[in-house]
Amino acid sequence: MTATTKTARVFGSGIRRREDPRLLTGTARYTDDVALPGMVYAAMLRSPHAHARITRLDTSRAKQAPGVVAVFTAADTESVLKPIPCLWLVPGSDLKLSPYRPLAKDVVRYVGDAVAVVVAETSYQAYDALELIEAEYDTLPAVTDPEKATQDAAPELHEQAPGNVAFHWVVQGGDVEAAFRSAEVVVRERIVQQRLLPTAMETHSAVAHYVPVTGELTLWNSTQNPHIVRFACSVVTGIPEDRLRVIAPEVGGGFGSKIAQYPGDFVTVFCSMKLGRPVKWTETRSENYQATTHGRDHVQDVELAATRDGQITGLRCTVWAGMGAYLSTAAPGIPTILHGLMLSGPYRIPALKEDVYGVYTNATPVEAYRGAGRPEATFMLERMINRLAAEIGIDPVDVRRKNLIPPFDDGFDVVTGLKYDSGNYVGALDKVLAHVDYRALRAEQARLRQQGRYMGIGVSTYVEICGLGPSQVAGAVGFQGGLWESAIVRFHPTGKVNVFIGASPHGQGEETTFAQIVADELGVEVTDVKVVHGDTDNTPMGWGTYGSRTTAVGGAALAVATRKIKAKAMLLTGHLLEAAVEDIEYESGRFFVKGTPDRYKTIQDIALLANVAWNLPEGMEAGLEATSFYDPPNFTYPFGAHVAVVEVEPETGRVDLKRYVAVDDCGPQINPVIVEGQVHGGVVQGIGQALWEEAVYDDSGQLLTGSLADYAIPRADQLPEIEVLSTVTPSPHHPLGVKGIGEAGTIASTCTVYNAVIDALAPLKVDAIRMPLTPERVWRALQPSREGA
Amino acid sequence: MTLPVTITINGRSYQRQVEPRLLLVHFLRDVVGLTGTKVGCDTSQCGACTVLLDGTAVKSCTCLAVQVDGSSITTIEGLATEGRLNVLQETFWSKHGLQCGFCTPGMIFAAHELLRHNAHPSAEEIRHGLEGNMCRCTGYQNIVRAIEQAASNEGAA
Repeated sequence: MTATTKTARVFGSGIRRREDPRLLTGTARYTDDVALPGMVYAAMLRSPHAHARITRLDTSRAKQAPGVVAVFTAADTESVLKPIPCLWLVPGSDLKLSPYRPLAKDVVRYVGDAVAVVVAETSYQAYDALELIEAEYDTLPAVTDPEKATQDAAPELHEQAPGNVAFHWVVQGGDVEAAFRSAEVVVRERIVQQRLLPTAMETHSAVAHYVPVTGELTLWNSTQNPHIVRFACSVVTGIPEDRLRVIAPEVGGGFGSKIAQYPGDFVTVFCSMKLGRPVKWTETRSENYQATTHGRDHVQDVELAATRDGQITGLRCTVWAGMGAYLSTAAPGIPTILHGLMLSGPYRIPALKEDVYGVYTNATPVEAYRGAGRPEATFMLERMINRLAAEIGIDPVDVRRKNLIPPFDDGFDVVTGLKYDSGNYVGALDKVLAHVDYRALRAEQARLRQQGRYMGIGVSTYVEICGLGPSQVAGAVGFQGGLWESAIVRFHPTGKVNVFIGASPHGQGEETTFAQIVADELGVEVTDVKVVHGDTDNTPMGWGTYGSRTTAVGGAALAVATRKIKAKAMLLTGHLLEAAVEDIEYESGRFFVKGTPDRYKTIQDIALLANVAWNLPEGMEAGLEATSFYDPPNFTYPFGAHVAVVEVEPETGRVDLKRYVAVDDCGPQINPVIVEGQVHGGVVQGIGQALWEEAVYDDSGQLLTGSLADYAIPRADQLPEIEVLSTVTPSPHHPLGVKGIGEAGTIASTCTVYNAVIDALAPLKVDAIRMPLTPERVWRALQPSREGA
Repeated sequence: MTLPVTITINGRSYQRQVEPRLLLVHFLRDVVGLTGTKVGCDTSQCGACTVLLDGTAVKSCTCLAVQVDGSSITTIEGLATEGRLNVLQETFWSKHGLQCGFCTPGMIFAAHELLRHNAHPSAEEIRHGLEGNMCRCTGYQNIVRAIEQAASNEGAA
């Protein structure tokens, strides 16, 4: 047998994705595409009120409607379904849990709170019958603003949480009071991180198939973490985990919103348990905007202390983080662990303190949304640095340079207690500034200002936390699970490989990049490696795809598993070639005795010989398969520097985003084309927050942006080319050095674009505008200065 | 009440009795079982359900099955011929123009429509032509590149 000689290394090559042919031809199967014999359709009746007591719920007419199989309310489900558990119980925060029931009982707490479910032979019949349910309510006062919800007169959502405070968490380091007492300059700002609608193009969906005679449930679910769904579903429904199979088939984007454990999923399971038939439930988009979790929703009061020459000496802030009506799966960890611990960013900040209030409001529950806590921290810091720069009259780039942590390659302790793994923040900043020719941009800005044109430049530097994370830390911060990942590498006798992973990618391309890892480590062709994920019955336990952790943790598990394969192959080669294992070398898919490379076994030879097991060394087990459960020793900390250039038209308030440049460092790139795609998408989502997106509730708690006609996600014609560059700083603790890239773009871009717009308007004395920076908001902000002009 | 319809999809004729209110997209997905066409919204914004109706791209959530009685539909399942990907399928693949893949069938038909009217569009014209189709993963950039590549491949062919 001859081995393949490789000319270019497959690790680092931008090969086409292995998952694409099925996605391009309509053969991929998403949850709503699943059709089973005898399947019926569920539709949810949702509260039209933000806060109300249910006074009457009569389903008798609906039950008589054509095609209707059953109608259920909380009166039916409460004896079977337990409340949905919150899985991030942040310690030391006086967390006030309240029952999160799959169907609301007695009181509804947000527009979209489900009160009943109809199951019918067709989805049209199910929706028809919803109209026949007679639901009456006594409305109660509602509150949707997280800060107002903590004030005296605010209506309370849960008796367990006086003043609507779900938790109060504090992070502090250094002597922040002293820093502010002795500060030469203090700048302040109130920042509103508006509520966002994640808007994965595929809405949430579930197909539940319960077989009464065996007590087994199969649940197809549009989720980022099928193994967590299995665990949570077992807790809520009482079905033992061994009889519970969760399949995340093709998943049409998640961005954090498909981490959550949803009431609708458990209600769908309940219906199948009661009826013994497969039941499908798929959100409409309008329903998705009410029922699928939202993101952000912070009100932040921030103060930064510094010296006159721009050295930051302290940061102090209070955050009211809207949680919505119930605590979603990971929600308490987001404005605390993933936000507060990252507050010092890439800068040396000797003292900081943050008070975070997680607040119940009459709104859809909030969950992770791309970046999850880090965009809210990065924005805060980058905003305050620009404000400081304006206050002391120093270029914002110079203020950043003065405060950036110098390059380090193996650990840097920051004031919040984290140890960053590696970073070269100045390097990223230098690269992006050189690429755009920052001095020339400033000169152009000055020239345009002479002509009465308002060009703005935004620069930001960021660091984020990925690769969640060591399980010991997960436990210490109250995450109700581990944060390791798993991989099984199985060589078949023909030398073809299956990889089974516990993580659950849904568009990020790990079927390709993970095949590249195996190919690179063991010298097989990428096309000989099929990566299997998303089915709890045939993959090892794993904690899911979020927090840019799939490659950072799951990829490490895979690297370790491939190295176990390699070690076994060395042993077997030594046995077959009658040499000591110490004398066996490996290169490009061949194992040979040192000094005699012509006598070799390929990995394919080894796969066959290990599988037939005719001649194995004493004590060696048959087969060529390895499993790794990898628990990382630390998080990974990707970083970068971004620049945005805008021009604002003062007459209309229109922001023209002219240029966007991203330099990101996620360590070595397994597939640079996929990395670039992640940056494009991430940057654009962050731009959406800066310029267009906001979930708007009116005073009564109605969601005004209730459909895609009302909520403005970015469109192709609104965007410039995103210029993507990178630097490469390996993580010292990761077997492949990689860090994660899924969220970086979003973390950096909102503040970069925002700062560019404010920079443009500096001559007009505008120093803050509430996001999103729509033409109307910008125009209104300009009115005082224009009137005065 | 149901009405008879005969609709040709990807070259095959389907005769069915349907409710007058049945949307074409649900006819494709639920009646015929061609689930490659996606539903991403309920207000005709997202374009995920775009198909070809007698050669012209339409959002299949904007028409009723009974309205297209006698017509010919092409869905994403019918685009590859004899196992060979169509040029747009090829260039979406080679330019990494998709991530989760949910918007992709609709995007490809929107691109098809664009190129039918303008064989060599500029990047700006492509972006304009995609206004009615939403993607949350890619930031559109590689979709634009894929369409540019398809235009130049077609020109070369």
